[in-house]
Amino acid sequence: MLKLKTANADALYSRISDSAKLYLPVKRAGQVNYDLWESGCEVTLGEMTVKSPKDLFFPQSEDLMAFRVSGKSIEIENPELPTEPFVLFGVRACDARSFDVLDRVFLSDPVDSYYEARRNCGTVVSLGCLEPLRETCFCSVFGIDLAEPEGDVQAWVLGDEMYLSAKTEKGEKLLAAVKDLCEETDGAPLAAAKDEARAKMAKNPLADLDLTGFDGEHMMEKFNAPEWKDLYQACLGCGTCTFVCPTCQCYDIRDFDTGHGIQRYRCWDSCMYSDFTMMAAGTNRKTQMERFRQRFMHKLVYFPANNEGMYSCVGCGRCVSKCPMHLHIAKVIRTLGGKKQ
Amino acid sequence: MQAVAEKVIARAKELLASGEVQRVLGWEKGEFDYERTPALFEQGNIDKLVYDKFCAANLSKKLVEVSKLEGKTLALIKPCDSLSLNQLLCEHRVKRENIYVLGVGCKGMEGKDGLCMKCEFCKGKNFAISDEVIDDESCREVPQSDRFAAVRELEEKTPEERYAFWRSELSKCIRCNACRNVCPACTCIKCVFDNPDSGVAAKANVDTFEENQFHIIRAFHVAGRCTDCGECSRVCPQGIPLHLLNRKFIKDMDTLYGDYQAGEDAEARHPLINFTKADAEPSVVLNRGE
Amino acid sequence: MQSTVKEFKPLIVAFCCNWCSYAGADLAGSSRLSYPADVKIIRVPCSCRVNPLFILRAFQRGADGVILCGCHPGDCHYTSGNYYARRRMTLLFSMLDYLGVDRRRVRVEWVSAAEGARFASVMNDFAATIHELGENVKLEDLRCKQ
Repeated sequence: MLKLKTANADALYSRISDSAKLYLPVKRAGQVNYDLWESGCEVTLGEMTVKSPKDLFFPQSEDLMAFRVSGKSIEIENPELPTEPFVLFGVRACDARSFDVLDRVFLSDPVDSYYEARRNCGTVVSLGCLEPLRETCFCSVFGIDLAEPEGDVQAWVLGDEMYLSAKTEKGEKLLAAVKDLCEETDGAPLAAAKDEARAKMAKNPLADLDLTGFDGEHMMEKFNAPEWKDLYQACLGCGTCTFVCPTCQCYDIRDFDTGHGIQRYRCWDSCMYSDFTMMAAGTNRKTQMERFRQRFMHKLVYFPANNEGMYSCVGCGRCVSKCPMHLHIAKVIRTLGGKKQ
Repeated sequence: MQAVAEKVIARAKELLASGEVQRVLGWEKGEFDYERTPALFEQGNIDKLVYDKFCAANLSKKLVEVSKLEGKTLALIKPCDSLSLNQLLCEHRVKRENIYVLGVGCKGMEGKDGLCMKCEFCKGKNFAISDEVIDDESCREVPQSDRFAAVRELEEKTPEERYAFWRSELSKCIRCNACRNVCPACTCIKCVFDNPDSGVAAKANVDTFEENQFHIIRAFHVAGRCTDCGECSRVCPQGIPLHLLNRKFIKDMDTLYGDYQAGEDAEARHPLINFTKADAEPSVVLNRGE
Repeated sequence: MQSTVKEFKPLIVAFCCNWCSYAGADLAGSSRLSYPADVKIIRVPCSCRVNPLFILRAFQRGADGVILCGCHPGDCHYTSGNYYARRRMTLLFSMLDYLGVDRRRVRVEWVSAAEGARFASVMNDFAATIHELGENVKLEDLRCKQ
């Protein structure tokens, strides 16, 4: 394990960005989001980013192909798959788990080549939480250890020191390049801090959410629960929850007429929108109640039923803090979960 | 506020019990102290109705849908919400005969991070429309503020500075459409941005043009009808000061066509559906000093 | 793109109302008055048919300047269309200026059917302005660039 003074973090970022693009939480215009590191930018590791880091592997919009029309011929251009290495720094345990969820969707057959290429190019430096980042955090509910995040390199910030520990070959390669900036350590002070973090997490307001009954066995029961009718009432049908969510993976493929050809791109879609999965015959979910139910059924019932019990919520709390109407997943679990089945 | 809140809840229960109204549109508590969610109450769940300093959400838009239900709905409407509601009534979007408007006094609403931006620039404590009002002296104090100060400050910058400011703000947009969906002036059944044939995509932030276009057009579409209720800025997950776009239109209209507050008078024609022969030419923009 | 010095050929979109300005353009043509070939005319039934979205879409599709021409105030074929257009465009232009887009890129001019010469001079003047301003960058859509 390596450590360095947080005061020297800029030297670390600078070194990493010598060989790869470095993305980390940066505050711009008052909001923290994953952004490209540049000298002098306001790196803000202590706050939850508004958007999740899934953007780096699965961008909000991405070109799939272009059709160029000249006379009677149509030329098809495929964009090259990304090959440029990048480092994603400061990923919290919840977001690190979200990559597993996305992997299950995009890397299972048929493999999504764009996602796969980005996944291969990226090295993830995760940042263990030594206290819950916010009162809205509830990762422990999904069995995520906030202090031991998954990733190629694990990092922790304790006091004025940053600890770094490689977990994979990619991670070792990254740390080898920054070794001279750091000193070796056994990381002894971390153990107590991690335990403290877990204890604090257990006391977080949402840590007592009970997922009992959210599984394939009780699918129809949950689907038909009368509570949905009241729960969805105030839903605006905006896409905030889905767009800040680290695990939402639905997208739409669209054509844009550029005037001299067609640009085919995909962009995130939201099951909250009325035109979601719209087909010639219309849409299969006509009311906001059905759309609202779909989002939570997918995360808490369908996904675990198809993925050995893995929930596609990681408890990051972004939707909890951003829903304009406060109709978030915590409220849904509170209302529908934990009952004696 | 406490006294007003108690009276409001008691009156809502009374009207519901007497059968004068079939349901109540108000707020209920959420997971956290500061969370209040708009909700419909009937005899069975009326005990969950709350009214306090966290009830910031503007309920007027919800009435578009609720007023179509059978029977009367009691709506709790704050002074600034009453402007939105009056504007909706003027546009025949809400069935007046199906609602009972209970004006509720307000001392400024708070969110997780303190006083809401919209309440810093309170537009007054009068009710543009109400069937009954419950408030007291403490709810009638209007804080002094200049809502156009920030607009003026931007106007005084150079075009390059303004461009940089709006780029940095609008580039945060994630196109979640929360601003549009919460806006009481946005009640189109099908939004232009949801029409695939319009060539503008509602959910893609493909490039900077789309971001600019969405926000310019959205602000334009509500110009003249926007009461400056501030909901757009309140709900934006990226904290974009969207109200500065709306206020720019309001300021320009006030300057060029005379002071006008949308929603104040249901009979008035707003500046964009009106004209005078002596109106300024578009070249006034060009001739304005730097 | 930068190394080869290419002469800047602006693209100007002119929305012209059917009753006055389009006829004015026609008169300019039949009177053999010249105006720049960079000006592409789009005929609209009335100046108030022009939705603010049209102006933005023109910029998106590569316009460097957009001009709206209609009947003189008081002369609208539909009595009052141009009065509404006048208010809308004033507000839109002011908003574009507020966002930092050069306000000289957009213009409204009233041109009657009898004013062929005026049409030509308005277009010459506007084209010169846009020439001076150069390419539209602030409201461009990169996907639409060739």
